[in-house]
Amino acid sequence: MTTEFRHNVTLNLAKPNVRANFRKAMDGLMSRRLDQFPDKAELERLRTQSMAIRANALSKLPELLEQLETNLTRNGIHVHWAETPDEANHIVLAILQQHNAKSLIKGKSMVSEEMGMNHFLEGHGIDCLESDLGEFIIQLAQEPPSHIVAPAIHKSRQDVAKLFNEKFPDIPYTENIDELTQAARRILRDKFYAAPVGISGVNFAVAETGTLCLVENEGNGRMSTTVPKVHIAVTGIEKVVEKLSDVPPLLSILTRSATGQPITTYFNMISSPRKPGEKDGPEEVHLVLLDNGRSNIYSDPELLATLRCIRCGACMNHCPVYTRIGGHSYGTVYPGPIGIILEPQKAGLDVHGELTQASTLCGACGEVCPVRIPIPTLINRLRYDGVRKDASTTVGTGSRRKTGEAAAWKSWAWAASHPAIYNFGAKTATRLHGLFPSNMGAWTNVRSAPQLAEQTLHERLKAMGVDHE
Amino acid sequence: MSNARTNILSRLCQSSIQETPPQPSPYQGREQEKDDWDTAERVRRFTERMEAVRAEIHHASRTDWLDVLAEICKAKGLNNLLVAAETEWGSAIHAQAQRFPALKTYQQPIETWKSELFYGIDAAFTGTRGGIAETGTLILWPDAHEPRTMSLVPPIHIALLETDKLYTTFAEAMQAEGWVETGMPTNALLVSGPSKSADIEQTLAYGVHGPKELVVILV
Amino acid sequence: MATRPDTIYFFGTCLIDLMYPQAGVSAMQLIQREGVNVIFPQAQTCCGQPAWNSGYRDEARTVARAQIALFPKPIPVVIPSGSCAGMMKVHYPELFANQPDEAQALDVAGRVYELTEFLVDVLQIELKDLGEPVKVAVHTSCSSRREMGVADKIESLLGQLSNVKRVEQIRKAECCGFGGTFAVKQPEISASIVLEKVETIRATQADRLVGQDAGCLMNIGGAMEKQGDAIPHQHIAEFLWERTGGVA
Repeated sequence: MTTEFRHNVTLNLAKPNVRANFRKAMDGLMSRRLDQFPDKAELERLRTQSMAIRANALSKLPELLEQLETNLTRNGIHVHWAETPDEANHIVLAILQQHNAKSLIKGKSMVSEEMGMNHFLEGHGIDCLESDLGEFIIQLAQEPPSHIVAPAIHKSRQDVAKLFNEKFPDIPYTENIDELTQAARRILRDKFYAAPVGISGVNFAVAETGTLCLVENEGNGRMSTTVPKVHIAVTGIEKVVEKLSDVPPLLSILTRSATGQPITTYFNMISSPRKPGEKDGPEEVHLVLLDNGRSNIYSDPELLATLRCIRCGACMNHCPVYTRIGGHSYGTVYPGPIGIILEPQKAGLDVHGELTQASTLCGACGEVCPVRIPIPTLINRLRYDGVRKDASTTVGTGSRRKTGEAAAWKSWAWAASHPAIYNFGAKTATRLHGLFPSNMGAWTNVRSAPQLAEQTLHERLKAMGVDHE
Repeated sequence: MSNARTNILSRLCQSSIQETPPQPSPYQGREQEKDDWDTAERVRRFTERMEAVRAEIHHASRTDWLDVLAEICKAKGLNNLLVAAETEWGSAIHAQAQRFPALKTYQQPIETWKSELFYGIDAAFTGTRGGIAETGTLILWPDAHEPRTMSLVPPIHIALLETDKLYTTFAEAMQAEGWVETGMPTNALLVSGPSKSADIEQTLAYGVHGPKELVVILV
Repeated sequence: MATRPDTIYFFGTCLIDLMYPQAGVSAMQLIQREGVNVIFPQAQTCCGQPAWNSGYRDEARTVARAQIALFPKPIPVVIPSGSCAGMMKVHYPELFANQPDEAQALDVAGRVYELTEFLVDVLQIELKDLGEPVKVAVHTSCSSRREMGVADKIESLLGQLSNVKRVEQIRKAECCGFGGTFAVKQPEISASIVLEKVETIRATQADRLVGQDAGCLMNIGGAMEKQGDAIPHQHIAEFLWERTGGVA
C-alpha cells in the first residue's frame, strides 16, 4: 500500500526545481552556520549551556508556568490555557469577537500553524494575513510552510515573481528580489496600519520577569505586536525559561544555528500592554499557552528531551532526507528530524508513526542541535514504541507492529543467535552466489545486486587456522 | 478554560522527573578574550558588525554631534524628522531647529496621527539605552517620549549611542543595568541593523517592514 | 589510550562475512603483522543492529546476548566497521540497561574499538607505502564519524602512505543514504541520496573509493556499478594491506 508519505516523497523527488532550491538553500544555511562557530570548543560549551537552561526549565515546568502566569498577570497581560488546538482557536476567536475585529495580522508563529488558526478563523469570517515575507508568499500560494524558519524556501525567485504577478496584476512583473520585497512592504504597510489585532508566536517566555521574547529580522513581528490595539501571542507550554539571564545564551545559539546570524535584526521583549502615558503599543496583550500533547510527551523521562527544542531548524538544514524530499513531503506542521520525533508523539504513532522511518540515523541532526536533543536516539525509541508489545506513554504504542514483520525479526533473531544455523545459512548462500537474484526490487533500481563472496570470513579464517577462543 | 489550566498543570505535576538536570552556569559570552575589550575595541567591533548589515555609522563628539546629524539629514534629503522634545538629545535638536528639516514630535497617542506617522514621516531620531559590541546591537527601552513605533515605522531610524554605554555582551548589559531588579519596561528592544529578510532564495533584501536604513551616531 | 595488547578479539561483522571477507582477512592480517595475536570466535554472527534500528529490541537483545558471551577475556574487541562498533559500544549499554547481563554488556562495550581507531590509537601503526601513485576518495560512515568519533583515523592512516593522494568530494560528511534497513524501507529517498553521493565522488576523479564500513561501500559502489564505469571501491583494511605489501 502506498501511504500518503510515500506518495508525497515520490511526487517531490520528481520535482528537479524544488530539489535544487532545497539543496542550494540548505548548503547556504549549513555554511553560514559553520561560519558562526569558528571555535568548536566554544560551540560545545554553548550547546551544553543551552541544553542545561532548557532542561532546567523543563524540570520545573509546572512551577515556572505558574510563575510566568503570575508575573504576566501582574504586568497586565492576560494568560489563557488550551489543551487542544481547537480550544486555543476558540480563545483567540472570543478575544476577536470581544473587540468586534474582522481581521488580524500575523507575525510568524509555528504554534498558529499547529492550531490551523487561519483556517479556523476564516471559517468564522475573520480575515487572517501573514506578514512575514516567507509566510506571506506561501499564504498567497495557499501552501503550508516547508521549513520552520524559512517557510518559502522551496520557491525560487521566478516562482515568487509569477505568484505576485498573478495575485497583484497592478505590480509590474519582476524577478528582482529587492523589488519583490518592496512590493510586499507596500502591500503590507496598509495592512499593519489598519489591523485591529496582531498575532505572534513566542521564542522564549521568561518566568522571572513575565516577559515574552520574539526573534525576527523583518520588523513584521514588531509591527504585529506594536501597532494593533490588541496583541495575542500563542505558544507551546514548553517555551518557558526560568530567568532573564537564560535568554542571552539561548538567543545567541538560536540565531547562529538557524540562519548563521550573530543576532537577528530585532529582539523584541514584551512585558506589558501600553501603560498610562505611553503613546503606542497594544492596549491589550494576551498569551495563549497550548498543550496539544506536550504534557504527555513530558511524562516520559527520555522523550521529554523533545521539548527542549528552540525551533532553530538546524536539524532539517543538515538532514540528508529533508534536503531531498523537502518539507511538504512530511505532511505535518513540523518537518525534518524534529518533526519526525515531535509529530508522531503529538498525533500518535498510529497516525504519523511512519515518519520515524524517514531517517538514515546518520546523526547529523543530533550533532548540530543547539540544545543537544539526542534526535537519533529518540527516533530509535519511537520506532521501538511503534512495534513494542508492552505499554508506554507514547500515543499509538504498538500500532505499527505487523505480524509478518514481527515474525521475520523473530526468525532472524533465532538464526543469528544460533551460530550453527547462521553459519549453515551463510555458507549455503555463498555457495549459491551465482544464483543470487540480480533483481532485488528497490535496491537494484539504482544499484547492482550485492555480490556474495565465494567463501565466508568464518570459513576463510577457519582455514587459515586463526584462533577461535 | 480554567479546566485546561488545571488539567495541564496536574498532568505536568504527575510526571516526576527524577534526574536533576545540569544546572546552567553563568553565561561567559562567546570568547574568553572579550573581557579585555576596551572602549576602542568595543567601538571597533560594534562598527564592524553594524556595517556588515548595512547600518551607517558616524562618529561624533559631544560638541559636534548636531553638525553630524544636520549633515546626515541634508545628505538624505529629509523633509522632516521626528524627534522627542523632552529628551536630552531631542531638546538640543529642537533648540537649533533651524538647522534641521521640519521637526515633528510624538505628542499624542498613535491613534490620533497614525496616518502621518505611517505615510508622512521621513525619519525618526532616538537616543538609545546602550549598545552591545559583540553583535553590533542597539538597546532601546522605548517610553512615553520616544515610543516604540519611532524606531519601527519611519523608513529611516537615526539613533545616538554614547560609546561609554557600549557593553561587550548582551548578558553583561542586562546584568550591569540590573534589568531584573529594575523591572522590565513595556517593551525592551535589541536592534541590530535595518530591517531585512532572506525569505526569497536565502538572498538578503533590506527594508522589509521596519526601517530601510539604520544610522548610528556614536558619541 | 589503551596499552598495546598481546591478543585481541576480532568481530568480523555479518556484511563482511558474506560480502567482503577479504576485508576481514586483511584487517586481521594487519593486526597480526603488528605482533598481536587475533582470536576470531567462530560462533559470532551479527551485532543485532538491524533489529535494534527497526525497533525490535527483544530480538536485537537475543542476538546481542549471543555475541557478548563470546568475548570473556579482558582484551580489546576490534571491529572493521564503525556501524557495528557503534552498536556494541554505544547501543549495547542502552539495550542491556536493567537486564541481568548488563554488567557483561557494559564490560564488552567498554573494550570495543573500530579498526582504524585501534590501528592508530592503540597499535600506533607505521605504514610504508609500496604501491603506485593513486588518487583516493574517502567515505567515512556516519557511525564512524558521529557515533564513534573516529573520522580522523582513516585520514591519518592514508596520510602515512606517500603515494596516495587524497581527493575530497564536496559534502563529504553527508550520509550516503544507506542507513541499513532505511535503504529497503525508503528506497526512493535512499536512491536519491546515494546518486548525489556518487556524483560528488565521481567529480573528484578519484582512482579508488575507500571506506571503513561495508554497508556504505556496498551502497555507493553498487550505485556506481549500476551506472557503469565504476570507480573501484575497497574497504580500508584491504587497501592498507595491499599498499603495504601484505607482509611484515
